[in-house]
Amino acid sequence: MMRKSALLSFLITTQLLPVTYAAPPALPSGISADKPSLPSGLTASPALPSGLDFSHSADSTFENSDDSNEPLSINGFWEARAGFRTQSDSHERGTSIGESRLQLEFQKEFELFTANLTTDLLYDTVDQQRHINLEQGKGWFDLREANIEFSPTDFMDVKLGRQILTWGTGDLLFINDMFSKDWNSFFNGRDEEYLKAPSDAIKTSFFSPMANVDLIINPHFDADRYIDGRRISFFNPMLGEISGQNSIIKTDQPHGSEVSLRIYQTVGTYELALYGYDGYWKSPAGFDVSNGLSTFPKLRVYGASARGPMAKGIANLEIGYYDSRDDSQGEDPFVANSEFRILAGYEQELVKNLTLGVQYYLEWLMDYDEYRDSLSSASRPRDEYRHLLTTRLTWLTYNQNLQWSLFAYYSPSDGDAYLRPKMHYKIDDQWSAEVGGNIFLGERTHTFFGQFRHNNNLFTAVRYGF
Amino acid sequence: MKKTIKNTVSSLLLSVGILGTSTLLATPTVDEIVNRTNFVAYYQGQDGKAKVKMTITDEQGRERTRQFVILRSDEPETDSLDNNAYKGDQKMYVYFSRPADVNKMVFMVWKHPGGNDDRWLYLPALDLVKRIASSDKRTSFVGSDFYYEDVSGRNLEDDKHELISTDDNYYVIKNTPVNPELVEFSYYTMYIHKETFLPIQTEYYDKNGSLYRTNKTLKVDTIAGFPTVTKSSMENLKTNSKTLMEYSKVSYNLEIPKEIYTERFLRKAPRKLLR
Repeated sequence: MMRKSALLSFLITTQLLPVTYAAPPALPSGISADKPSLPSGLTASPALPSGLDFSHSADSTFENSDDSNEPLSINGFWEARAGFRTQSDSHERGTSIGESRLQLEFQKEFELFTANLTTDLLYDTVDQQRHINLEQGKGWFDLREANIEFSPTDFMDVKLGRQILTWGTGDLLFINDMFSKDWNSFFNGRDEEYLKAPSDAIKTSFFSPMANVDLIINPHFDADRYIDGRRISFFNPMLGEISGQNSIIKTDQPHGSEVSLRIYQTVGTYELALYGYDGYWKSPAGFDVSNGLSTFPKLRVYGASARGPMAKGIANLEIGYYDSRDDSQGEDPFVANSEFRILAGYEQELVKNLTLGVQYYLEWLMDYDEYRDSLSSASRPRDEYRHLLTTRLTWLTYNQNLQWSLFAYYSPSDGDAYLRPKMHYKIDDQWSAEVGGNIFLGERTHTFFGQFRHNNNLFTAVRYGF
Repeated sequence: MKKTIKNTVSSLLLSVGILGTSTLLATPTVDEIVNRTNFVAYYQGQDGKAKVKMTITDEQGRERTRQFVILRSDEPETDSLDNNAYKGDQKMYVYFSRPADVNKMVFMVWKHPGGNDDRWLYLPALDLVKRIASSDKRTSFVGSDFYYEDVSGRNLEDDKHELISTDDNYYVIKNTPVNPELVEFSYYTMYIHKETFLPIQTEYYDKNGSLYRTNKTLKVDTIAGFPTVTKSSMENLKTNSKTLMEYSKVSYNLEIPKEIYTERFLRKAPRKLLR
């Protein structure tokens, strides 16, 4: 308003222009006809955009209203996903995945809290078990989120109910993230989000300038959706060979609770964290000879991590001590030993739209002599040190609509590897399609990735998001 | 009304003064222009918010859209150019709602002009807070024709600035990169509106001197006293791809708490603020 009047009065008082031309009218889009063209390399001046044309009222017609109530938001996707084993597996079906999934995500904001509900409706042609098991993610219905979030004070957040939880610095490697994983989904070619299985938990977060604290309590132990032989064949140490549907493992799940703690702070631009966990091994790590059931022995984890910029990229370091409390001396052959784990990673954009991430990871088995002494001669022992290297290559092409990616795990000590190539194309705002594979390599049948050698698979999927 | 009269009177006096001593009308120095422009384009108010809709149209006419809310807070505590209000550190929080595959995703930046920005991405389906390696700032922002640098601002010290002409409406500034090997252009010209200091058109010339990329301001609204671009486009003449960026619900000086730009609010979006 002031500028308009200043301009007007300037023009009037100086009488540089007749009053009728007092304010410069908006020029049509393109080039002004009445101006000489500028020297080569320069086009003529652009027309003024609307809004800088002060010839009419300068009062903004700008839409700046505020809608006060957010309605119930519903989002989600439908997808079809199919895949097959690239070699025969005498213990599993040739179809590695064949399913249609509808995910519905509801969110409603109330005065004092927000409610979140994410449900998956699944038609699974491979695992035809129809009755629902929300713990193991079996059946036609899976609940990924059912929680409420609220802030009792301005320094505290609470999230109560079924939720997906993640922390730590590793990329597809986890040391202090003891929240449930779904390894079957991961190895079968479901979307990466399905590696994370839901937890039924109370998450309380406290924030202060000194440090932030997350305290997560799972009143009932939430196991991984672990490899049990139903969908993925694996090395069964009790049989001493690879087994699958011929010998689906049965477990004795503990009835106790889990507690996870994280204390974290950002110092400058470096993110530092301390972690603690008190619960159980998340996948079977023990065996009860009396009843033939696999067990989840007691476990405590203590750890720390740091993440921040280094050179042209991001570096991270994470350590953890796994205290296997049911076998603290390492002498029980039926309970996993304690471990020390360390992870160091670095990620950098190499050239435009091409990013490389590398990680080194070590599992150091404690009380190794006791472990070896406790094993029967027929057993195939683990190494004391399991070294693992990973690389992630991500290349975005076609205006970032076509993404090529390769995640590779390679263990020089186990002599095995796992490759996850994928090509993902965003057809438009709703539709996307992808093809990918899960390829396991290894000489020996009992190493971490080598045991999955009969599960090599290729998959494809189409998804409609809304 | 009173104010208008007062303004008119003062501008009258001012313009009379201008007639008397033409030195007052002297063109500002090139540094004054680019500093003021950078302020107007990226730093107005202590903080700001906008809803943004991007429409990307490729050479075959296919359209893709992106919708997000952007929150921005400045480190410099005043709007005074003497206090570096045109080039200080900033924090940004970008909350995506469309397309569906990025719904509820958050992109957070701690911008350090002249240094590497800190960037985070929050992936809600995994509850994952990912730190992102600082990328080439002249890489497409979310698949559009705008680069990161177009959205968050290019460091003023990265270019040499020359005022090459002025006309009734514009200062025309030619910007030549200090380190040409770091960028894909040989120079770019900006048409800066004399009155508001808004960049109205920016033209990028490739290494052969051909125009290949044009940014146009299509609509300006004055919001809370700040002239604000509410519609702009970026056209890539090499790929024939074009992105239209439309802003709505722009507001300034909301007193956004600085805690918004932390992990807490990546995991738990400040929904009331994002409406």
